[in-house]
Order: sequence, then C-alpha cells, then structure tokens
Amino acid sequence: MSGQASTRAVPIAASARSPLVSRLDRSAGAVFILPAVLVILTFSIFPLLASLYVSLTRLSFSEGGVHLTFVGLGNYAKLVVGIDRTHFIGVTVPLTPLTAAVLAAVYGGVVFLLVRYLRSPGRTALGFVGRLVTAVIAGTLVWLVVDTVLTSGRPGTLVVTLIYVSVDVSVQYVLALGLALLVVQHIPGRRFFRVVFLLPMMITPVGVAYLFRMLTDTSKGPLYPLWAHFGLTDVSWVTNPWGARLAVMIGDVWQWTPFIFIVLLASIESLPVELNEAAVVDGANRWQLFWGVTFPQILPATSTVVLIRLIEAFKIVDLPNVLTNGGPGTATESLTLHAYTIWRALDIGGSAAVAYMLLFVVTFVGITYVNLFRRRVTAMA
Amino acid sequence: MNRYLARAVVLVMAAGLVAACNSTTSSSGAKFSGTTVRVVTFTGPQIAEPLQRRAPDFEKLTGAKIEVITVPFSDLYQKLLTDFATKTNSYDATVFDPQWMGDYVPPGYLEDLTDRVQNDSALQWTDIAPFFRDFSATFKGRVYTVPLDGDFQMVYYRKDLLQRDGLTPPETWQDYINIAKHFQGKDLNGDGKPDFGSCLAMKRSAQSYWMYFSIAAAYLQSQGTKQGTFFNTDNMQPLTNNAGAAAALDIYKQLSKLGPPDQLNNDVGDSRGLFVTGRCALSLDWGDIGPLAVDPTQSKVQDKVGAVILPGSKQVLDRSTGQLVDCSSTTCPYAINGINHSPFAAFGGWSGAINKAASAKVKDAAYAFLSYMSQPAQSSVDVTIGKTGFNPYRTTHFTNLGPWETSGMSETAAKDYLGAIKASLNSPNMVLDMRIPQTAFYQQTALDTALAQFLAGELSAAQCMTQITNQWNSKTDEIGRQAQLTAYKSSLSVTK
Repeated sequence: MSGQASTRAVPIAASARSPLVSRLDRSAGAVFILPAVLVILTFSIFPLLASLYVSLTRLSFSEGGVHLTFVGLGNYAKLVVGIDRTHFIGVTVPLTPLTAAVLAAVYGGVVFLLVRYLRSPGRTALGFVGRLVTAVIAGTLVWLVVDTVLTSGRPGTLVVTLIYVSVDVSVQYVLALGLALLVVQHIPGRRFFRVVFLLPMMITPVGVAYLFRMLTDTSKGPLYPLWAHFGLTDVSWVTNPWGARLAVMIGDVWQWTPFIFIVLLASIESLPVELNEAAVVDGANRWQLFWGVTFPQILPATSTVVLIRLIEAFKIVDLPNVLTNGGPGTATESLTLHAYTIWRALDIGGSAAVAYMLLFVVTFVGITYVNLFRRRVTAMA
Repeated sequence: MNRYLARAVVLVMAAGLVAACNSTTSSSGAKFSGTTVRVVTFTGPQIAEPLQRRAPDFEKLTGAKIEVITVPFSDLYQKLLTDFATKTNSYDATVFDPQWMGDYVPPGYLEDLTDRVQNDSALQWTDIAPFFRDFSATFKGRVYTVPLDGDFQMVYYRKDLLQRDGLTPPETWQDYINIAKHFQGKDLNGDGKPDFGSCLAMKRSAQSYWMYFSIAAAYLQSQGTKQGTFFNTDNMQPLTNNAGAAAALDIYKQLSKLGPPDQLNNDVGDSRGLFVTGRCALSLDWGDIGPLAVDPTQSKVQDKVGAVILPGSKQVLDRSTGQLVDCSSTTCPYAINGINHSPFAAFGGWSGAINKAASAKVKDAAYAFLSYMSQPAQSSVDVTIGKTGFNPYRTTHFTNLGPWETSGMSETAAKDYLGAIKASLNSPNMVLDMRIPQTAFYQQTALDTALAQFLAGELSAAQCMTQITNQWNSKTDEIGRQAQLTAYKSSLSVTK
C-alpha cells in the first residue's frame, strides 16, 4: 500500500520543481561519476594513448626541450623484422624432426578443437572467427617457443617471458595447492607454517633477487659448503643461459607461491564439510575426495588467482635485473627488462614499442584465458 | 620557589645569548647560509662517499647544505637528461660522466664555467693535468665541468707471485693470457682454495664494456690520439668489424674462462674485491685498485701489487684492408720495443657540472662545492683513499708523494702506481673515449649487449662484430652521419 502511495507522490513533487532543478537532478549521476572518469582518463587512458603515439615516434633532445619525429611503425618493424629482431623474437632455425613432430601434435590438437567447435550446436560465426584468430596467434607463439628452445636457435625476450610465465605460474599453482592442502590438515604447528609460507611474499622483489644472487654464488655464497661438498664450486648457475633462467624462475616461484597459497587456503577452508562427509560415507578414498569434491569447488578461486598471477608474471623485471642484469647475454631478459634497457638509452619510442608488444601479448593471453577457461569454470560452479 | 624561577630565567637568558652568538658567528662566516644544493651522482660507495663525507665540512665553512642524491650508474644518464629536458630541475649539480656532455651541452642544460674557473685561484686550474682540463672539462672550447677524478685503465699484477715464478709483467695481451693461464686454479692467498689467473668485470649493464676497448685499442689505434679508436674519421664507419676487433674478441673470450666461475656476473666492485683479497694474479681496471690494495681494512695484498700501462700488440689494424699488419716504424710510430700500446682514458673521469636552470645563488654554492672538492687540499687526500673512486688527475697528485705514503703506500709502490698512470697520460697514442651524441646508446646499450651475448655464447665473434657494427651504423644514420662525424672529429681534436 505504502509503495503505491509514494509512486503517486513523486510525479506531483517533480512537477512542482523548476526546470533547472529537474535538469540538475537528471545530470546528478553524471556529475558524481565525473571525478572518477576524469581520474581514469588522466591517469590511465591518456598515458596509454600518449605512449601509443610515442611508440610511433623517435625522440631527440634539442635546445629548450624535446623533439618527437613521427616514424610510423618503424619502432615495431625494428623489433619484428629489423635490427632488434634477434633480441626481441630470438634466432629461429629450420625445423628439425623433433620440432616438426611437436608442432604437428600441437597444431593437430588446435585443429581438432576448432572442428569440434564447428560441430557443436552452440557454434556462431563470431565465436568461430574469435577461435580462429586465437588459434593463429597461439600457433605462432608456440612455433616461436618450439623453434627457439628445442633447436640450436635462441629465444628472444618475448619467448623468455612466455617461458617465465608458463613455468612459474604452473609450478607456483601446484606447490601452492599442495601446501594449502597440507596446512588445512590437523597437523602440529600448522599456524606457524601458515605464517612461514607467507613470508616470501612480504619481501621486496629486489631483496629476493639479492638473496638468490648470494645463494647461487657457488664460490663464496652462504651455500658454499654445500656446493664444495658436491664439487660444484667451479660451476656457475648464472653464467649458463638455462642455469640463469632457472635461478630466476626459482626465485619467482619462491616469492609468489605464497600468494596463490593464501587464496587457495581461504577457498579450501570455506568449503562445507558436509560434502566431504557424504563422500566418505559413500566410500570415497582421499584422491577421489580431492578430485571429485574439493578441486571442483575451488576452481572459481583457482581461475581468478591464476589470471591475476598470469598478468603479474608477464611483468617480471626485478629478479632478472638484479640477479643477472638480464645476462648472460640476453638469456634472462624479460620483455619489461627489454623495454627498460632501451629506455635507459632514452630510445623512448623503441621502449614504448616493446611495452605495447607486451600489452598485446598480455591482452591476448588474458582474453583467451577468460573466454576459454574462466567463463566455463564459473558457469560450472 | 622564586629562587628556582630566577635560576631558570637566568639559564634561559644564557642559552639565548649563546644561541645569538652562534647565529652571529655562522651568519658572518656563512656565505651561502640557507642555500641547499642537490647533487646527483651514481650509487656509491665510490664517488658518492667523498661528496657525502666532505659535505658537512663544506657546510661549516660556507653555510651551504649539500644533499647528495644517488642513482644506479646505468640510470644516471637518462635520469639527468629527462630531468633537464622536462625542466623538472630536481638536481642543481651533478658529478657525472663527461662523455655525456655531447648530449647535455648542445641543448643548453649545463652552466658554462669558463669564467668561474679562470677567476678561481683556489681551484689551481692549471695544476689539473691538461688532458682532464681539455677532455673531461671542455666542450667546444668552453669549460662545463670541474674534474674530480682521473681515469685510465691499466693492468695490476701480483708482484710477489710473478717474482716468485720468474715472470715479468705483461707487455702484450698474449703475455697477459699466458700469465693468467699460469696462475689459474692455483692457491694465490694461502687459504687452500684454488684461485684465479685474472679477474675482470664482465657483467652486463654495468661498467664492463670499457674492458673490451682497453684490449681492442692496442690493435685499432696506432697513429696517435687523433686517429681515434671507435670510428673511421673519413666516413664514420665503426671500427668494430675487422681483424683487430676479432683478435680483441678472441682475447676477451679467453679471459672470460681464466677467472672466477661467475665472472660473467661480476661488476668492477666484485673484481676489485677478489683482487685485493688475494684471489687473482692479474686484473684490468681503473686506478682504484692501487689505493684499495693498501687499505688495511680489506686488503690482503699490501705492498704486493704492481701496475703497468695497458698491454699492447705487435700487430695493428691496416684500415684500408681491414687486416692486421706487423708493427713497423710506419705502422706503429709510437711503439715501445716493437709493441703498440694504446692506453685507454676510459670514461674520462668523474666530473662536476651545474644545472644552468638553477638559481644564481645555488649555482654559486654548487660551484664553490665542486671547487672545494677539487682543490689540492681535499683532492690530494681523496685520491689516495680507495673507496672514494677518485684517481689522480692533478700534477701535484703525481709529484707530492706525502699523502700516498700517509695512506699506507710504500714509496716504491706509489712510484710504481703513479708511474703507470703517468705513462698512460703522457702517451702520444692515448685513446680518448667516445663523446658524441647518444654515446650512451653506442656503448651502454649496443656494445654492452653484444659483448654480453658473445661472452655467453649467444653470438659468435663474427655475429657479435656484425651486430655492433649494424647497430652503430643504424644509430649514426638515424641521427645524421655527417653530424656524428663532425662531433666525433671534434672530440678527438683536443690539445694535449
């Protein structure tokens, strides 16, 4: 009753107002949102567009200021087909039987998925085009990784970053899940271990890099007695390309596993115990409990935390910069470090071009992940 | 109670009187009272240490407060340039690499100090060695910096070890390799652990790339300073892809395997630490190892270190053919015993400059501070302290042995050390470092990256030479070949 009364009263009140007040009322929403929009435009959209323009220019210093010369896609061409190609993409070589077999298997799988989609009842033209574009870009990236890593070629900063992201996030997830499952058990000292497992995340990445620099020093570091015991004092982690990459990846895994751990722990602890109890009554063993009951329930948290880590992992810079300065050679250089190295010599346009390439890759991986995995998981949940 | 009150009043009055006296004293002697000068330099401890240590003394003398801001070496160039170009002007003065004047002076970022140094009797301008006045301080005939450091690379060796094994200090790079091989893996400091033949800085994005040109210069430059080492002065073609560059790369690669296992990750601080703790028979470095080797707090090789001019070569590059030819009176007119030495004035020495956009009073205070740091009373002591990073650059630094002996260096060691620098400074074939627009790109980015890739095995010697040459040519064409050639030739036409 009261609701009807109030709806009747509103038009009467409104009609009594002046047109100015009514107009202000109508625009109140926009006025309240405007500050936030302005902040986003100023600090996010404008810099994004400005850096896009900078990536199409060459900067030089002249009396009284700077001068930007428009060079079109010159800075991008340098990275993809020009003088910085080997630095950015790497050195590719003709296919070997091994790489051909790997690529055939991967591409076969992609074609199978595309065909399956075409046969599915929910197919749409837009969905197919989206999947086709994804398949082409993903196929190119896979080819780059396979052809520079599994051959006598050499991975560039793009491939090195992709390796960091895929290996780091996978290992971090598996370790974090294991630790979270361990800590929810009723074991002595579990509160203590919860805190200990979180500590690496609290340390500044530069500190972690220095820590690992000392640990990997086989000739005088704190682990010297260990290396000496195994006769490894003449071996250097950080002067071998894969040793150095491994050191960077171990450091990153050590630092960021706690982030996934804490999210998964919260997710597991919030699960209702009734489902587990029902499964136990039905005779499920521990593996069946995990795979059939726990894991599906933590999938939404998994998909979110993996997405966050994927995006963050692409931006890795502190560890390779401090641990190896991107060396030996350019073996540990990530895309962000690549952009930073160029920027240091004030090739701002080239640096912005690398940053935009990173943005394209992150956006592609993020959108693909959301479309192909996260939505499905959320829908399942 | 009243008595206590009276005492308190007397105390307050007395304190006020003392404070008034103090303020009168400081204001009368403090020319720059209330002025703050923000000086930026690289993250020390070297270079920043003497500035920070002497800032309070300078403040007592003049009233000017000196704030020393430090940034990593690899960031200093762009930090300064972006600060100047964007008119942020957060730094009033800088102690920096004078090679960068080619980027800082033409746009008008640095204060012209010509009149100031000429009217400053306390600075004793003519006591500064001509090379540092002309190269480190002067750009196109005008003075823009006050030299605070003198930089030459030279070779250090363990005198005790070489004498024990009947070896002589290296004269050629092949000698250097042979001595390094002789000592590699042997215990050199009596701790029972195997040590290293040679310790060099080879880390990427650090100060390592100068070492390569210290080797290559012996092959690339033989006709005197004005011939130049980096580019052909006819057409600005880089001298980075020829038989001389290949020979230098070969030596550089061999040296990477005659040192500590993580040598590719060692910066100059690491290699210096290893040398003064007795773990290396040889090292190639600036003048810093000399004073560090007598520092009782860290050195285990006191009075055991000798220094010589950079080793040379019996073959040099024939620029018309790109091949090596034997030294003769024509091909190596400045050779000593048939060996061409090309001592490399790498870097040029840390020098102080002032931001033109600073206020007049701050500029005066900044200049007074730079002059104070360079004056013989301060600099003669600072160059004898290893951790300052400052090396001798004044005539009195070479002639007055008192401060060296006070620092703990024996007379023989001081003469040996200063002799190596003097031999470099007086060489008619001294190599000037690059000082053209975008020097930072040519050296810190293109050269540094290619050398790091070569050492890591990512590039062969031929690929490394091609990559450096292509990147240098690309940058030269981007800026303008003729403009760069003019700048390069201008940088070589210094009056020695």
